[in-house]
Amino acid sequence: MTAKKVTSVGVLVQAHDLAMTFDVSPPWLNRVIEGKPRLLLNAVDGVSFEIEKGKTLALVGESGCGKSTVARLLVGLYEPTRGDFTFDGQDAHAAFKTPQGRQLRRRIQMIFQDPYASLNPRWIVEDIVGEPLKEHGLITDEAELKVRVGELLKSVGLSPLDGPKYPHQFSGGQRQRISIARALATEPEFLVCDEPTSALDVSVQAQVLNIMKDLQRERGLTYLFISHNLAVVRHVSDQVGVMYLGRLVELADKQTLFASPKHPYTRMLLDAIPKMHDTGQARTPVQGEVPNPLNPPTGCTFHPRCPHVNDRCRAERPELLTIAGVKIACHAVQENRI
Amino acid sequence: MSLLQVKNLIVEFPGRRGTLRALDDISFDIAPGEILGVVGESGAGKSLTGAAIIGLLEPPGRIVGGQILLEGERIDNLAYEQMRHIRGRKIGAIFQDPLTSLNPLYTVGQQLIETILTHLPVSAKEARRRAISLLEDTGISAAEQRIEHYPHQFSGGMRQRVVIALALAAEPRLIVADEPTTALDVSIQAQIIMLLKSICKKRGAAVMLITHDMGVIAETCDRVAVMYAGRIAEIGPVHEVINHPAHPYTEGLMAAIPDITIDRERLNQIDGAMPRLNAIPPGCAFNPRCPKVFDRCTQDRPDLMPAGATRAACWLHDAHAGVAG
Amino acid sequence: MKSALSRLWDSDIGYSFRTSPVAMAAAVVALICIFCSVFAGFVAPHNPFDLTTLELSDARLPPAWSAGGSTKYLLGTDDQGRDILSALMYGARVSLAVGFASVLLSVVFGVGLGLLAGFYGGWIDSALMRLCDVMLSFPAILVALLIAGVGRALFPNAQDSLALGVLIISITLTGWVQYARTVRGSTLVERNKEYVQAARVTGVTPMRIMRRHVLPNVMGPVLVLATIQVATAIITEATLSFLGVGAPPTSPSLGTLIRIGNDYLFSGEWWITVFPGLMLVTISLSVNLLGDWLRDALNPRLR
Repeated sequence: MTAKKVTSVGVLVQAHDLAMTFDVSPPWLNRVIEGKPRLLLNAVDGVSFEIEKGKTLALVGESGCGKSTVARLLVGLYEPTRGDFTFDGQDAHAAFKTPQGRQLRRRIQMIFQDPYASLNPRWIVEDIVGEPLKEHGLITDEAELKVRVGELLKSVGLSPLDGPKYPHQFSGGQRQRISIARALATEPEFLVCDEPTSALDVSVQAQVLNIMKDLQRERGLTYLFISHNLAVVRHVSDQVGVMYLGRLVELADKQTLFASPKHPYTRMLLDAIPKMHDTGQARTPVQGEVPNPLNPPTGCTFHPRCPHVNDRCRAERPELLTIAGVKIACHAVQENRI
Repeated sequence: MSLLQVKNLIVEFPGRRGTLRALDDISFDIAPGEILGVVGESGAGKSLTGAAIIGLLEPPGRIVGGQILLEGERIDNLAYEQMRHIRGRKIGAIFQDPLTSLNPLYTVGQQLIETILTHLPVSAKEARRRAISLLEDTGISAAEQRIEHYPHQFSGGMRQRVVIALALAAEPRLIVADEPTTALDVSIQAQIIMLLKSICKKRGAAVMLITHDMGVIAETCDRVAVMYAGRIAEIGPVHEVINHPAHPYTEGLMAAIPDITIDRERLNQIDGAMPRLNAIPPGCAFNPRCPKVFDRCTQDRPDLMPAGATRAACWLHDAHAGVAG
Repeated sequence: MKSALSRLWDSDIGYSFRTSPVAMAAAVVALICIFCSVFAGFVAPHNPFDLTTLELSDARLPPAWSAGGSTKYLLGTDDQGRDILSALMYGARVSLAVGFASVLLSVVFGVGLGLLAGFYGGWIDSALMRLCDVMLSFPAILVALLIAGVGRALFPNAQDSLALGVLIISITLTGWVQYARTVRGSTLVERNKEYVQAARVTGVTPMRIMRRHVLPNVMGPVLVLATIQVATAIITEATLSFLGVGAPPTSPSLGTLIRIGNDYLFSGEWWITVFPGLMLVTISLSVNLLGDWLRDALNPRLR
């Protein structure tokens, strides 16, 4: 079904109650013989957000929070077990299944974290960057393809002469740029970036982030930026969503989130980041560790580590409500306790 | 007297295509009880420095020049057996991956007690008592029970605490920590660096903290050495190096790090990349990328020289040349 | 072509080859054997299977250096007057042909199934793995015997080429399992790598991903296995021929020659069986050594 939904002007991507459950049960034979139960992992448990055209939404969180899974849901690598996501008014997952899905894939692309694994080591750069063009039949003439690939490489700060080389001849930062060139080949509107600079050195990271910002400005790109590094997020995003164990706990625009974080987890995260310049503020050490996602706590999943926990937190899962212009899932905030 | 003195250390890797000089004339000291940070990007040689000090350089890498002195005595030229006694007793090590730092087949207690008994002349009962006390000090609750657990029964952060306990078990004077928090979540990272700092101060152990994360250095260390292409670019008290960097590389690095407290349109970028070991330019290794380069930089290699409150290997601070610094 | 060869020579693998005397010697020996067998028509002093050139009076002559031998037949003759040296070359041709053909088919079949199983997973994977387990529980020789025997029973008046075909198929059916399992394992690893995911995001069809992205990256171990399996296939074929269900006497392989000569072993005419045996050992050994070298040479890069 590709019925157009009514969307507010300028919203390109809309996710509604997205959920993804993985079956990590032991094999059938083991379950029968050893009597082991089925194991289900709720990697993403009801996530909703909107991204406006030309803007960047950043999703942050620690391991097991599900942000990478959300990224893969949005590019069609996984199919959600619940919920849907709308792209430019269309139901994207329904579209992916149809032949028209290929059109959609031209408009949504992804950049991955590991610069060493995201390029096929046996292909030359020219083929890697040119593959999307060939696959979608956008350019069939060999010479024209070469020219176009050269242009793409130039737009990310590399040279067309790098085309016949192999990935291993480039550094991590250069490989990430090749990934970006590949992602831009079909002139997409929406780029999902899964920790694109986490594996890079600081100075290289600066180069890649600057390029990404320039490209966004020049081409009106919309980004979903996944990261665990809040400082990087501060630099690139317009809106920030904080995730914990598969749920969104806070979603606000950047200025508000960093100036006055509301959710206890967001506050702890911001507090925990080692600061380069001494602010002289006393630090409240964070308690505990992220629990096992296979066996999450009841109610609000953050309650074992929260300094403001009460009985309601242990029993009832908080909804993502809009309070003072910020979306937040916390009983304590809702009850005005903090 | 300094606890650790590294003098003009040179480490080379002979290979099929020629010999690569991975560490080129490194010199620094660590005072007793001090926390020295060694920061740099990949390929700068910081992990190699740690490995050379512990005596765990992977062959064919080897020390070809310079000296390493621990409490005034040379340790770089010791035989394997002699080094084995120093390692653990006088120098402890913490590595990046807590999962592979512990033997999965032995309980945590067995590994701690074995280390204590190997290096300290105590009875088994006393060793066990010390092991439990170590675990408690590193923040592991119910230590008496948990001492019988295997590594896989601990979570990532807990495991790293056990690794810290293991490093401190034989009461070493120096701990070499190579990226101890990189594999951990942000909230755990904060706990671990606080623990490392407090427990080392408490037990009087000096720490050489190797990392690429400047924020961790800022929170933990007393002094910091910035490495580039196998050389030390700048060394000095932490807040001086961060707030008033004297070397253009350090300056560029600080400006490239996104800061969570301020909003910036563009991050400063240092164009180009760190040179590969077989393509280090003559003179100062940073000269092709340096915004303040001048003639001398391409010809003569600068040694560390006083530059305000720190020492930097940069001709801009050459007192004799009269160039503005 | 020349630049590709010179690049290969200068590469890490070329270096490893140049510095390994065993690999170079094995390669030279293997090349000589292959050359002689392929060009047997030109290289062999006689054609032992052209009945018009045979002289029964020259039967059972010992090798040239023994008493009674002649330089016309360097390694002696068999019971029908066939020159052993020439028979070796023609026999090696059959052995090598069967060996390479069966390995080629095993590779195509095994790699194909392994790719499918690793890529799609699920019940396809489970079914294939169970099939592999079943096949591995049968000893290879017995399976080959069974198929060859059944083949003969079904086509009692079969032409010799059919006999060779049945032989090849029976060896293929016992050899494909290793490739399937290895490739399946490698495919599982590669499938989760980000370059495959990038191709999926772009919309490349699964078939094309398997063929153009995954396949080149999983072929390394296959190459090593195939090299070593050529030797195994040749020996399996020799065993089958020795047992009488392999290559027929009219186009004998080395195994057939060994069998023929076996009857004369105890009457003192040792050369009829020993030389084919030595040739068999030489070919298998050199191919095996090449395979060993290849595995070690590829290993550090795979790490």
